[in-house]
Amino acid sequence: MSSQKKSLGKILFGPILDNNPIALQILGICSALAVTTKMDKSLTMAIAVTLVTAVSSAAIASIRQYIPGSIRIIVQMTVIASMVIVVDQFLKAFLYDVSKELSVFVGLIITNCIVMGRAEGFAMSNNTQDSFWDGIGNGLGYSLVLMVIAVFRELFGSWSLFGYQLVSDEFKREFAQGLMLQSPSAFFLIGLFIWILRTAKPAQIEKA
Amino acid sequence: MIELVSVDDIFRLFMKAAFVENLALVFFLGMCTFIAISKDVKTAFGLAVAVIAVQAITVPANNLIDYYLLRPGAISDTIDLSFLRLISFIGVIAAIVQILEMVLEKYVPALFNALGIFLPLITVNCAILGGSLFMIERSYNFIESTVYGIGSGFGWGMAIVILAAIREKLKYSDVPPGLRGLGITFVTIGLIALGFLAFSGI
Repeated sequence: MSSQKKSLGKILFGPILDNNPIALQILGICSALAVTTKMDKSLTMAIAVTLVTAVSSAAIASIRQYIPGSIRIIVQMTVIASMVIVVDQFLKAFLYDVSKELSVFVGLIITNCIVMGRAEGFAMSNNTQDSFWDGIGNGLGYSLVLMVIAVFRELFGSWSLFGYQLVSDEFKREFAQGLMLQSPSAFFLIGLFIWILRTAKPAQIEKA
Repeated sequence: MIELVSVDDIFRLFMKAAFVENLALVFFLGMCTFIAISKDVKTAFGLAVAVIAVQAITVPANNLIDYYLLRPGAISDTIDLSFLRLISFIGVIAAIVQILEMVLEKYVPALFNALGIFLPLITVNCAILGGSLFMIERSYNFIESTVYGIGSGFGWGMAIVILAAIREKLKYSDVPPGLRGLGITFVTIGLIALGFLAFSGI
């Protein structure tokens, strides 16, 4: 148990801007950037990661006293992998098209460092309820970055939002930026996002 | 199960895995380690070698496990264990990394000392699990998956060495405060990825 008890609001909303898992902790960028070319794909991914983080954190927190220290990583991984399999099977059953498009990236939630990071860093030393909300909070912080990047990439890459085309076909042919759908644009956008966030919150600037 | 693959195809698959579909720069896999361990060339090179070795072993191993145990109809026609793929692949990867660590410690201590700290990190590297999942999705056979494992590991390793070399020079440049550290690293990776886009024409 940590000595200073954090309030629910702090656990839930802290990770969104003040302690964003992607921008500050460099966690969880791995599996998710490839899905930001379309908003519906990224929304599905964001919900999946948030749920997996919250539920697996809560599950690990509830059995934390019984996990031997030496094999805790394997136990955490098994819990997380089971959760991801549930999500994967659910998507295959009810949202087959999206799951086809997300291809291997749903499975890669297992190795998403946010999930592991929260399990190891928070759930192992806090109670079930706090761990659940911490998982939701970190999932939301991750979702925020994912959605912001997806808006820019889908808007400028194919001039549509959630699959609805916003402009005429001619306009799209003329101005669609193919590069936004390619991988480099996601790196640039994250770089810019971090720049803006750190300019607004100078405490996050790294020492040279 | 082992079908012959021509040398031409093997070469093409290797080039595709290493350059056109680079795991780090095109599919964003293994980004956490990619950014965290790319501060100097020497450690980046050690990690690159470890990733190539692990990838070259785990992808074919998972291919065998999938072929003989998990694919629909592998054990008998009515059993479909393919939903167990995720959990068994991650188990296989963790086990192989552990075994590799013990073998290296016993027989090649010099290499173990150089790679030691990176091996455990590799278990949670998405590039490794991603490689196995791509192998399933594209239904590679045993030979193809060996080539794919080596090729994709090589591509990932090359990308991290390039990034580390650039970041070493970047230390001496004057970066705007908000962009320092993580921000400029992302922009650099973006530029490298832009360069790799040129390979997509091959």
